[in-house]
Amino acid sequence: MWRRCLCLRDRWRRLLNQPSGGPTAIVRTGANIPSLSRAYAPPAGGFEINLDHRKLKTPQAKLFTVPSEALAIAVATEWDCQQDTIKFYTMHLTTLCNTSLDNPTQRNKDQLIRAAVKFLDTDTIWYGVEIGSSTSIMGPNIPDRTREVLVSHLASYSMWALQGIEFVVSQLKSMVLTLGLIDLRLTVEQAVLLSRLEEEYQIQKWGNVEWAHDYELQELRARTAAGALFVHLCSESTTIRHKLLQD
Amino acid sequence: MAALGSPARTLRGLLRELRYMNAATGRSYRDTAAYRYLVKAFRAHRVTSEKLCRAQHELHFQAATYLCLLRSVRKHVALHQEFHGKGERSVEESAGLVGLKLPQQPGGKGWEP
Repeated sequence: MWRRCLCLRDRWRRLLNQPSGGPTAIVRTGANIPSLSRAYAPPAGGFEINLDHRKLKTPQAKLFTVPSEALAIAVATEWDCQQDTIKFYTMHLTTLCNTSLDNPTQRNKDQLIRAAVKFLDTDTIWYGVEIGSSTSIMGPNIPDRTREVLVSHLASYSMWALQGIEFVVSQLKSMVLTLGLIDLRLTVEQAVLLSRLEEEYQIQKWGNVEWAHDYELQELRARTAAGALFVHLCSESTTIRHKLLQD
Repeated sequence: MAALGSPARTLRGLLRELRYMNAATGRSYRDTAAYRYLVKAFRAHRVTSEKLCRAQHELHFQAATYLCLLRSVRKHVALHQEFHGKGERSVEESAGLVGLKLPQQPGGKGWEP
C-alpha cells in the first residue's frame, strides 16, 4: 500500500495516506498461492507457483510450470508447510516436478521404459498366469510377448507420467504393484504393504522397531503416494458438463 | 480390492491434515488455496447421473492418495524429529556423560582473543 502512496504526486496526500506502521515488510517464510499464468487454458500456459511474489524455478533455473492445477496447488501446499528450514526431503511432489522439467540425466522415453521393465524380472508378487511363478532363485522367464505388451502400454503414457511411474517402480521394487496402483486396483497403503510383505512378516514375528520400521514405512508411503498422485495428475484431463435437471 | 471408504471420511481426513499443517503458521487453514480447491472439487463432483461412475472413483482415489501423502509426510517428519533429529551433543553434555565438568574460565581460554 505504501508503494501506491508514493506514486501520488500530491505531497500532502502522500503524508496523509501513509500507514501508521510505516512500510510493512512481509516476512513470510512460506510460499503462497499458485498463480495461474493463464486461466482456463492449461495446456498452453501451464500453472506457475509464486513464492512471496517471486516465481519458483527449478534447480536448472527453468521456470516451474505444471500442466495441472491440482498439482500446482499441491506443490504450493508443500512449500507452505515449510517453516524455519526448508526440508527438501519432505517435498516429494516438488522433486518429481523438478526432475520432469529438468531431466538431469537426459533420459528419453525408451530408457525410462526399459528401466521400469527391468523390475519385472525380479518381481516377487505375482498376480496372473501370464507371468508365471518360480521357486528357483533366478526368477521366471518372462515371455517376450508379455514384455512387448507391457512396453507398448507404458509407451502410451506421457513423459511426465513415465517419470512418475519409474519413480514408483523404484520405490516399490515391483512393476506389477505399480500397475495395480495406477489402475486404481490397490490403494497406496495396500501396495506398500504388499511390497514389504517379508518385513511385515518379520515384524509380526519379532516385534516392531519404531525408529527404523515405522520411519521407513512412512517414508515409503510418502514417496509412493507422491509418485502415484503425480502420474494420475499428469495423465488426466478434466471436463465438467453441467446437466440441467428435467422437471 | 480398493477399500477406499466413504468420500466424506477422506474429506475429513484431508481437512484435518491441512489443519495440522497450518497450525504452525499463523493463518487459518481455510485461507489456503488447497482448502478452497478441495472443497470445491468435492462439492462439484458429488453428484453424477451415472450409477457406477469410474471417474468419480478415480477422483476419490486421487483424494485418498493425497491424504496418504500428507499423513505419511507428517508422521515421517515427526518420527525424524523424535528419533533422528537430536544432532550431536555439546561439549558440556559429553563431559557430563563421564562425570567431568568443564572449568569456569572467566577470562576466557588462553588462545581466544
